[in-house]
Amino acid sequence: MGGIQKKKYERGSVTNYITRNKARRKLQLSLPDFRRLCILKGIYPHEPKHKKKVNKGSTAPRTFYLLKDIRFLLHEPIVGKFREYKVFVRKLKKAYGKTEWSAVERLKENKPAYKLDHIVKERYPSFIDALRDIDDALCMGFLFSTFARTGKCHVQTIQLCRRLTVEWMNYVIASRSLRKVFISIKGIYYQAEVMGQLITWLVPYQFSHDHPTDVDYRVMATFTELYTTLLGFINFRLYHSLNLLYPPKLDIKAESELKEEDDEDYAMNSESYLEKLSALSTSLARVVSTEEEEEAALDKFPDEEEDLKKMEAREMEQKQQEAQKKLFEGLKIFLNREVPRESLAFLIRCFGGEVSWDKSVCIGSAYEVTDETITHQIVDRPNIDKQYINRYYIQPQWVFDCVNAKILLPVEDYFLGVTLPPHLSPFVEEKEGDYVPPEKLKIMALQLGEKPAQEEEEEEEEEEEDDSEEEEEEEEDEEVDEKTLKKMEEQRSQGKSLPVKVTAGKVKVDNPARLEQEEKAEEKRLAIMMMKKKEKYLYDKIMFGKKRTIRETNKLTAKRKAHDDAEKSKKKKTRK
Amino acid sequence: MEERSSSTRSSEQRDEMEMEKVLEKTVKKRSKEEEEEEEEIFNFNDKGTEKEEEEKQEEDLSDSEDSVFSGLEDSGSDSAEDEEDEEGGSDHKGAEKEDDEDRKIQIEEVEEEEEKMGAVTEEKEDEYKQDSSDEEDIRNTVGNIPMEWYKDFPHIGYNLDGKKIYKPIRNKDELDEFLDKMEDPNYWRTVHDKQTGSDIVLSDEQVALVNRLQRGQFGDVNFNEYQPQVEFFSNDVMLHPVTNRPADKRSFIPSLVEKEKVSKMVHAIKMGWIKPRRTEDASRGRYYDLWANEDSSILAKHKMHLPAPKVPLPGHQESYNPPPEYLFTDEERALWEQQDASDRKLPFVPMKFSSLRQVPAFPRFLHERFERCLDLYLCPRQRKMRVNVNPEDLIPKLPKPKDLQPFPTTQSLVYRGHSGLVRSISVSPSGQWLASGSDDGSVRFWEVRSARCMRTVQVGGAVKSIAWNPNPLVCLLAVAQDSVVLILSPPLADRQVVLSTEQLLSGQREAESTEEAGLVTWSDVEGEELSQGIRLKIQHPKAVHQVTWHAKGDYLASVMPDHSSHLQVFIHQVSRRRSQNPFRKNKGLVQCVSFHPVRPYFFVGTQRSVRIYNLVKQEMTKKLQANSKWISSMAVHPGGDHVICGSYDCRLSWFDLDLSTKPYKMLRHHKKAVRAVAYHRLYPLFASASDDGSVIVCHGTVYSDLLQNPLIVPVKVLRGHVITHDLGVLDVTFHPTQPWIFSSGADATIRLFT
Repeated sequence: MGGIQKKKYERGSVTNYITRNKARRKLQLSLPDFRRLCILKGIYPHEPKHKKKVNKGSTAPRTFYLLKDIRFLLHEPIVGKFREYKVFVRKLKKAYGKTEWSAVERLKENKPAYKLDHIVKERYPSFIDALRDIDDALCMGFLFSTFARTGKCHVQTIQLCRRLTVEWMNYVIASRSLRKVFISIKGIYYQAEVMGQLITWLVPYQFSHDHPTDVDYRVMATFTELYTTLLGFINFRLYHSLNLLYPPKLDIKAESELKEEDDEDYAMNSESYLEKLSALSTSLARVVSTEEEEEAALDKFPDEEEDLKKMEAREMEQKQQEAQKKLFEGLKIFLNREVPRESLAFLIRCFGGEVSWDKSVCIGSAYEVTDETITHQIVDRPNIDKQYINRYYIQPQWVFDCVNAKILLPVEDYFLGVTLPPHLSPFVEEKEGDYVPPEKLKIMALQLGEKPAQEEEEEEEEEEEDDSEEEEEEEEDEEVDEKTLKKMEEQRSQGKSLPVKVTAGKVKVDNPARLEQEEKAEEKRLAIMMMKKKEKYLYDKIMFGKKRTIRETNKLTAKRKAHDDAEKSKKKKTRK
Repeated sequence: MEERSSSTRSSEQRDEMEMEKVLEKTVKKRSKEEEEEEEEIFNFNDKGTEKEEEEKQEEDLSDSEDSVFSGLEDSGSDSAEDEEDEEGGSDHKGAEKEDDEDRKIQIEEVEEEEEKMGAVTEEKEDEYKQDSSDEEDIRNTVGNIPMEWYKDFPHIGYNLDGKKIYKPIRNKDELDEFLDKMEDPNYWRTVHDKQTGSDIVLSDEQVALVNRLQRGQFGDVNFNEYQPQVEFFSNDVMLHPVTNRPADKRSFIPSLVEKEKVSKMVHAIKMGWIKPRRTEDASRGRYYDLWANEDSSILAKHKMHLPAPKVPLPGHQESYNPPPEYLFTDEERALWEQQDASDRKLPFVPMKFSSLRQVPAFPRFLHERFERCLDLYLCPRQRKMRVNVNPEDLIPKLPKPKDLQPFPTTQSLVYRGHSGLVRSISVSPSGQWLASGSDDGSVRFWEVRSARCMRTVQVGGAVKSIAWNPNPLVCLLAVAQDSVVLILSPPLADRQVVLSTEQLLSGQREAESTEEAGLVTWSDVEGEELSQGIRLKIQHPKAVHQVTWHAKGDYLASVMPDHSSHLQVFIHQVSRRRSQNPFRKNKGLVQCVSFHPVRPYFFVGTQRSVRIYNLVKQEMTKKLQANSKWISSMAVHPGGDHVICGSYDCRLSWFDLDLSTKPYKMLRHHKKAVRAVAYHRLYPLFASASDDGSVIVCHGTVYSDLLQNPLIVPVKVLRGHVITHDLGVLDVTFHPTQPWIFSSGADATIRLFT
């Protein structure tokens, strides 16, 4: 027949993929450098559809990259920098070995450095793209800013992370874009809506980390390198969108006030500036000093009815949001020293409240404990010695719950020493058939405007119930007695008279509907029998999932019920 | 203590006495200056008793004092001594030469002592009179040794005479010490001498000297540290050079070594090995508006890029104070701990804290962050299309069973009487009688409408199969029991029928000359069995599993499943009492056979396929592949163009003989093995019975139009039989005229559904 013999694995999907080792060799990089490059450029492996074909008949586990991706990496200027750095390290080592200190000095001065600006621009061609991907950057930034200044990574990185996160928080305060918060066992989740993007980040609690050994800090540091660059540019843009100065400056008035007090405490001006910023207590300086509140009222377009409805819904939502933004306005809150100052100050300032703390806790406190106009004091201890009459002493969860509920919740449940109501996640959106905890229902009722008075009544009722339950029980006993008596009577009189009318009528009413239902159910069952194999499989899978959710819901409700019952009986016991 | 103190005092006094003596002798010769010393000595003597021990408080001072003394001895004391010597020499020689050496020495010693105690006051130096330093401080001759060697002795050394120097008696305790400190104005300048064990009060000059030395100044007050310097070199060019050496040649020509060095550097700079100091890159770390000019052209490049999915948001379980139902119970917690980390539904245990201050750090925080990083750069990303289907849409739209009536829906009668499982049932062509064969060795005849058992025939063994002759003109029943096929004619019909039956049975019996005559024997029955209605016995070589009649009622087929021989099927002709084996070869284990209702075809169901033979042409016309492991039963549609096969692997396959040899439809309705299948003769119904105890009735319309495929709709699942020994329904058959169905089960009952 002739022709050149076709070789295997030279055409088709094989040509689109390259293994990691080959890619590394092609780029002439060591594995750590390759890893760093992939992280910075956002290149991830690709899973081929036919692994065996791509793997040239072998089934060995290999990671594949798209060949195009690797070609794309070939032209990256940073690769050159990596090589330069390698050479630099080699030279430095040599100089050290020869104890040529002048050479060491000279080399150190010329240490190669690279910028990631172009990579950020390349990875996120539009600003919205960057905003969408900022979650991880924020999480990492907040984590790194809690690291100790010694050991695991460069001090400059930690300081930079701290600076950027503080700037971010200040922006959120200035734009009032925080939406939800959640205290979890891992840390505190925040969710803000910036330019229509929902951004969620997690801030760990302020404890020192015991650094685990099975975590590669180099990988994390590389990510942080990219993230700090990204965060910086985003902050810049965001600050300018609000006409704020960047790098942020405190309002001149506030600054001068602060200066008077605290200049003695902080030796370095630069240090104290960041401290003042991170106090989150003062507003920022604007480029244009006149503050114009641009109420962007939604324009109304006379359209079809459905659209109108949507518009109305949107308007409602916006109104609600506006209301939420001013949630704490008019409140004067004082933080006791044992509550997490930063997160609470951040929250309260985000929603327009005034906040202060003890002078010794942090710089930037606005007023003292003794201020008579304080409305709320946030305390996280069982009791407090000296109490002022004209303010509420509440636990910190109140602030978080208020933010999530978008209304000021009644403070009674959050007084000192009171068992707190459960703290629910605001991120859960229950679909139909999902389990909704009763506390959520309560809050939803409150949101709808049903007064808490009702709830109180309910509580009272409950109490009354509790009171009356004992009586009821007695009554029930009586009732039971009556019932048994009746039954006995019936049994006796069975021979004589049967209540024909009642039973017959009932049966007739009930049956048709039920029969119809049964019939339908059977029809369905029979139709399911006739399904094709493929469809049956899919159907079974879907139904299995549905059943599982139902099962879980039932389990949760049962658990809750058992718990409530146990609580009630306990209450009764204590009362007795 | 007091005694001791007194003794010390006495010794002191003795010392004093001596001193006074000496003094008397020397007073005359003393110069003016020495009067001061005398005073000091007196002072010393006065206070000697009191200020003997100042050990601890003075210890830190003692170091410096030692140094002071050593300094003094070099400069002052020796000279003084010498001076003294000189004086003594000059004066004594002149005046009192008769003084013996002894005394002289003593004087010297005393003077030394004085000098030691009072240290040097005179600034007169006579440098040239220096002798050796060995002579210094030789009141105690033990030398420069640690004095603690003497701590156990009453003395601390020996004087020049070799006499013991006794330790001063120490009577000072802490209190005395304190009192001294408080009361004695000179306490601060008192020093303890370890060598002699005595206390010394320093004079003002001595104190001043100590101060000076401590400050690092010269000991001599009069020494001028800043004497005017004699200028040796100055900026003025002198007339004469300092040295007379001519200048080197190398000072005129440029250095080659330096040149080499420089040229090396230049070369290195040229080659780029040495870089000039980098200018500090100010733009680094500066932020600017990166997205100032967004162009959409870059966007097009990134079509393939998948942004990383976000981390799922936390639920109620993660709260620090979750609702109580989300907390783990003990069992759940134990389960969670047992499970592998990858199997867990939640990566953490929900916990409840009563207040925010009690929440600890999350131990796996760093791990989680790190894992997220790994996910971001190590995980392949893929777009996964979620099937978003309404499950209701997947259910096929079928005609409603209501519209397909009639079909049996409810159980109306139960025929009880058998004691073993009922393997086979058959309905008489008239539809009035039902015959059933059971493992208890009996054949029962039931009236269908009343469920009454009309007759019971004991056949003496488990009945495998039973079949009523489909010819309505005769009343015959074939029963397979072990290796015998019995032909029964129950007296349950009218006379006409009985007569015709008799006629059929009493037909020719000559045909015994066939080949298989030796294998199959026909015999008449006599006696009691005859009275029961058994008319004929057909003895087979092996156990018979199934019997079935031809539609005309003259031919009867029997099946003896056997792997090894071709003798598996026999076709008997009752009217001529003739048997024949149609197959010459073994084509697999025969499960069941059936006659075509109208044409001369014969269906043989083997283990995996159904073969159709043309009996006239004596050849195989078709082989149907059932696609199942093991066929259990088979039924032929009354039209003859469709066949259904039940199999032990829960399937029922419908063959359309006009379409193909593959099943037109496979129905997997049953959960367990299908035992029997049946077609209704008149209605478009068929049924299958299974070990799961259910009978499923399906509607199966066959259209006369060849282009239209049969419509198969399950219409009813009938349940009623109890599963015993894992066996459910064993046989099923339709009523010949009514839409009724009979089923027999392992629970020894027969049920009628109407």
